[in-house]
Amino acid sequence: MIELGDLWRTYRVGDSEVHALREVELEIARGDFLAVVGPSGSGKSTLLNILGCLDRPTAGRYAFDGRDVAAMGDAERTRLRQSEIGFVFQFFHLLARLTAQGNVELPMLFAGIARSERRRRAAAALDAVGLSDRAHHRPDQLSGGQRQRVAIARAVVMDPGLILADEPTGNLDRASAAEVMDLLGEMNRAGRTLVLVTHDPEIAARARRRVRMDDGAIVERT
Amino acid sequence: MGFVELVRFAIGALRGHRLRTALSVAGVAVGIAAVVSLTALGEGARQYVVQEFSSLGTNLLIVIPGRVETTGMLPFGGTTNDLTLEDYRALASRIPLVVAAAPLATGTEVVRAAGRSRSVPIMGTTADLARVRRLEVASGRYLTPGDPDRGGSEVVLGSKVARELFGAASPLGQVVRIGDWRFRVVGVLAPRGHSLGFDFDDIVYVPVRTAMRMFNRASLFRILVEVRSERELRQGKQAVLDLLAARHRVEDVTVITQDAVVSTFNSVFDVLTLALVAIASVSLTVAGVGIMNVMLVAVAERRREIGLLKALGASTRQVLGVFIAEASVLSSLGGLIGLAAGWLAVRAFVQVYPTFPAAAPSWAVAASLAVAVGVGIVFGAVPARRAARLDPVQALVGR
Ligand SMILES: Nc1ncnc2c1ncn2[C@@H]1O[C@H](COP(=O)(O)OP(=O)(O)O)[C@@H](O)[C@H]1O
Ligand SMILES: [Mg+2]
Repeated sequence: MIELGDLWRTYRVGDSEVHALREVELEIARGDFLAVVGPSGSGKSTLLNILGCLDRPTAGRYAFDGRDVAAMGDAERTRLRQSEIGFVFQFFHLLARLTAQGNVELPMLFAGIARSERRRRAAAALDAVGLSDRAHHRPDQLSGGQRQRVAIARAVVMDPGLILADEPTGNLDRASAAEVMDLLGEMNRAGRTLVLVTHDPEIAARARRRVRMDDGAIVERT
Repeated sequence: MGFVELVRFAIGALRGHRLRTALSVAGVAVGIAAVVSLTALGEGARQYVVQEFSSLGTNLLIVIPGRVETTGMLPFGGTTNDLTLEDYRALASRIPLVVAAAPLATGTEVVRAAGRSRSVPIMGTTADLARVRRLEVASGRYLTPGDPDRGGSEVVLGSKVARELFGAASPLGQVVRIGDWRFRVVGVLAPRGHSLGFDFDDIVYVPVRTAMRMFNRASLFRILVEVRSERELRQGKQAVLDLLAARHRVEDVTVITQDAVVSTFNSVFDVLTLALVAIASVSLTVAGVGIMNVMLVAVAERRREIGLLKALGASTRQVLGVFIAEASVLSSLGGLIGLAAGWLAVRAFVQVYPTFPAAAPSWAVAASLAVAVGVGIVFGAVPARRAARLDPVQALVGR
């Protein structure tokens, strides 16, 4: 599903260059579950952002379902983000003014899906993460774990084939983290590809494959 | 994402930031209200003065004996002929352009009635003055039309004279003494108020021949001539000059036109309007800068949201649409509130000064709305576009 070849992401900071990613080679098959681990600042988020088309590599190849992402126009990248990739952030990134339901509806709003259909699908997605009874609560009325479950519902509501999660449990207590991980595992078993950044060895152990990063490079694959 | 969805989302965002929304709406509203009320006052002042003059008749020529126009000196070696009732008759009947003319013979005399007395200006004239000066009769009638030489002892009172002499009682049919002469009241005029420093209600009108006898004069003070339209003023003036020159065998009268005065005032008020436009522009600019700041802050604060929306699959155009919709809703709302507030202020002012025709000119309303909405949209859209074009991660982390 995903192929990265000799991928670089270089930041220019003043006069010096920071290589957030260097020479990254990676293949991810459809339905795979990959955990990305490594010390802070090793380039995990950078990698995930590039996979999610939130950022662009400085050099190298990125093919999504055989299509060259670098060659894609803005519209095509937007479509990829919209319907083929679901992103789960460490800090949830929910809109505070919208209810859980409203947040889950957001991707469908921009995809031009009719209101009644949005309602129905958002309700189903919230049901799937066990938050039907919280549909009309705003984020500040929800616990961290609940917020992240809303974010997961939002990530899957467009039925994407790929879910990217950047330390989704980084800000959660153990019990909430376990719930979130169960949900993500379920999404993966349902056939979605899952790429997950984590610091937690136990969580990494659940993945089918692991890559360890250090200083922008992949240093170990298991 | 349809238009309705877009506006709904924008309104949701505005409601989500109530304080900021309220402040910016207030900013726009204050600017617009200032523009509307200031221009309304300026326009009202101008209309007021123009109306004052028009009520005196703008198609009016005033014939004065003597050549005072250019040098103020009499023609060399000549004598000035009086303006006579014969001249008046000739003017009224022989010039086709003239629709009406009225002679004036004036003086001041003590008027007595019912044990009270009052010193007032006396206007000796004919029935034609009612038309030429647009006089309105409140009760009774004006002077009898007919031969100006006939004289007579009827009198028409200005409203103030009637009130001062007779109080609430009706003066119609009563006898008043003017100097040593006895008159019978045939009419009372409607109040007219002060105009250009002269109290039109504190006057009495008597037949011109009688006034000339009373004041022992052979000549008229002046002759008022009304032509058909303002456009014929110049032609009419020449016809009057020619006729009198032929009758007197010398050019010895001056004809002044009211429109010359009106146009002087008009240009004064053009300057005033211009000044008000300048004030309005300044307040509009202030409002514009306010809107601009609000929109800039809104976009900066919401960079993260822009990043998120893009990460969730919003296109650059959709993000831009959201911000433009927000800016439009915001500035239109502020604009409408400002219009309403300005309108109320003008209404309140007119309540207090009913004779003052204050009303905002439509160009000012249109310009202020256009500037408010325009500035709002431009300064909402430009920074939003910059943020929307970034890769989502840059907007998301906001570095
Ligand atoms: N916008 C940026 N500008 C400069 N350096 C950056 C930027 N984003 C990330 N980096 C650097 O790239 C490296 C990798 O960062 P990141 O991918 O966030 O690491 P991780 O997620 O593994 O903690 C770090 O050294 C970080 O400082
Ligand atoms: Mg990170």
